[in-house]
Amino acid sequence: MKVLVPIKRVVDYNVKIRVKADQTGVDLANVKMSMNPFDEIGVEEAIRLKEKGVATEIIAVSVGPQEAQETIRTALAMGADRGILVKVAHEVEPLTVAKILAGIAKAEGPQLIILGKQAIDDDSNQTGQMLAQLLGWAQGTFASKVTIEGGKAEVTREVDGGLQTVRLNLPAIVTTDLRLNEPRYASLPNIMKAKKKPIDEKSPSDYGVDPAPRLKVLKVSEPPKRKGGVKVKTVQELVEKLKNEAGVI
Amino acid sequence: MAVLLIAEHDNKSLKDATAKAMSAATALGGPVDVLVAGHNAKGVADAAAKLAGASKVLLADDAQYANQLAENMAALVVELAGKYDAVLSPASTSGKNFMPRVAAALDVPQISEIVSVDGPDTFTRPIYAGNAMQQVQVAGGKKVITVRTTTFKAVGTTGSAAVESIGAAKGPGTSEFVRDELSKSERPELAAARVVVSGGRGMQSGDNFHLLEKVADRLKAAVGASRAAVDAGFVPNDYQVGQTGKVVAPELYIAVGISGAIQHLAGMKDSKVIVAINKDEEAPIFQVADYGLVADLFKAVPELEEELKKQGY
Ligand SMILES: Cc1cc2nc3c(=O)[nH]c(=O)nc-3n(C[C@H](O)[C@H](O)[C@H](O)COP(=O)(O)OP(=O)(O)OC[C@H]3O[C@@H](n4cnc5c(N)ncnc54)[C@H](O)[C@@H]3O)c2cc1C
Ligand SMILES: Nc1ncnc2c1ncn2[C@@H]1O[C@H](COP(=O)(O)O)[C@@H](O)[C@H]1O
Repeated sequence: MKVLVPIKRVVDYNVKIRVKADQTGVDLANVKMSMNPFDEIGVEEAIRLKEKGVATEIIAVSVGPQEAQETIRTALAMGADRGILVKVAHEVEPLTVAKILAGIAKAEGPQLIILGKQAIDDDSNQTGQMLAQLLGWAQGTFASKVTIEGGKAEVTREVDGGLQTVRLNLPAIVTTDLRLNEPRYASLPNIMKAKKKPIDEKSPSDYGVDPAPRLKVLKVSEPPKRKGGVKVKTVQELVEKLKNEAGVI
Repeated sequence: MAVLLIAEHDNKSLKDATAKAMSAATALGGPVDVLVAGHNAKGVADAAAKLAGASKVLLADDAQYANQLAENMAALVVELAGKYDAVLSPASTSGKNFMPRVAAALDVPQISEIVSVDGPDTFTRPIYAGNAMQQVQVAGGKKVITVRTTTFKAVGTTGSAAVESIGAAKGPGTSEFVRDELSKSERPELAAARVVVSGGRGMQSGDNFHLLEKVADRLKAAVGASRAAVDAGFVPNDYQVGQTGKVVAPELYIAVGISGAIQHLAGMKDSKVIVAINKDEEAPIFQVADYGLVADLFKAVPELEEELKKQGY
């Protein structure tokens, strides 16, 4: 079966971002960009399914600027077979991405689409669920374990109270959580090989999607800053301060 | 503006998150109906009817809602949405699961994890792990919103809304519930606790979390953790506090053996008072801590328990 893995190019998780002084957004000039960490987990899961003989082909898809091609190359170097880059110069909202992915799903016919649970830039946590609805498929979000058997996917999910396991008809959507796996690093030979793997270039209009944002961003501002307090020397001093100064115990 | 608020519950009790999300719902300015979708959940509906601001409670009591499967929940909410201008739910793992499906079905964007209602169509939400705040305006159409409940006060229980039973919607039948493995704890829930004691990689093992539990017992606190502690298997996944775990804002947050990565801070920096216990005086957690103690936790935590005991906690 074919597996589709949507991957987003985002500011690297180690970067401390800066809000632009004019409050129009976050300063992305000369900032290190990487694959969204949850999407690396998605690519890794697809590769493991291929190694088990469950998946036959892995297609990495990114919606974004030309540079997102580098992110697709990373997925190809990890072990994806081919890529699709849907070029959009500006930021795209989750619903738009979901609509584009739905178009790709209809064209490619995957049995499984593995997305990240959340992009660490917009922190939306929406795209996979939206895609599932648009396609009329079942979803297993926040997955920490995925087993494919007998035309179904069994997905263990990380939920507020612990774990929940659901069984999904295929085709289905899975979104990854942190404990699903530990993504591999691409080896040098695989990075070389990835250069020859094909990447198709598309545009939203190929799928009949208008990429214009629907929400208007009025401003992006700094959060209120917390200032560091004092150091205490002993546990006794700490308890005294919590009791008499802060009044929280 | 007619608002539908979806209740957070476990079929037995209504969660505090619902009362907090009700604050956001009423700020939109309009009658707020509360939907309780569950199984044998009459008690939850009765509790929801007492929420100040509720004008009506809709109870969809059916076996298919026992585990709040996203496919079935979305089908129900979409069927009801026609009568409302806005649909809200707490940004719990349950709300996060079905609400985007509702938005997609209604062909509107979802506004995730709002922290304030700035106007009837204007909202603020954190992005980049809370390192930036984005204010967005909705152009038109229905609003689909999830609420970061830590920033809203719970409404009181002075209401007396009527409970109306409604039928189940036709679920798509594409998924089924298999099993739950829920963490059992006598302690208060992490998201609602007044005091939280969290441990990180510095705890070294799951066994050592007993040191924190002893402190937590004295302060009637919940126990949380960093991602590193969860990944290492010290504690279950539902202990994780952070950008991609739970967001908490207790009166007192005690971080033990946690370095203070931005992803962790994202989940706790709105706490009223933060205490950090770490042996590395350069650890970034000290930059947000009101009270920092540079010490070996294996010495400091038992001492803390002893001192609390001495003082009658
Ligand atoms: C996509 C993504 C999502 C993430 N989401 C989250 C999230 O939601 N929540 C989260 O917490 N993290 C998250 N992280 C991980 C985050 O980046 C950090 O790796 C993590 O928070 C580190 O955990 P820690 O502070 O326990 O461990 P470390 O950074 O290893 O720190 C351990 C600390 O313990 C101290 N210590 C060690 N021994 C002792 C001792 N005996 N006494 C006192 N102090 C001691 C050390 O000085 C050190 O400061 C995420 C990362 C990514 C990439
Ligand atoms: N522009 C994009 N291109 C490809 N995949 C995306 C894009 N945006 C979001 N996704 C996928 O959707 C997941 C959730 O993103 P979000 O809903 O924005 O938090 C990500 O982890 C990706 O798998």
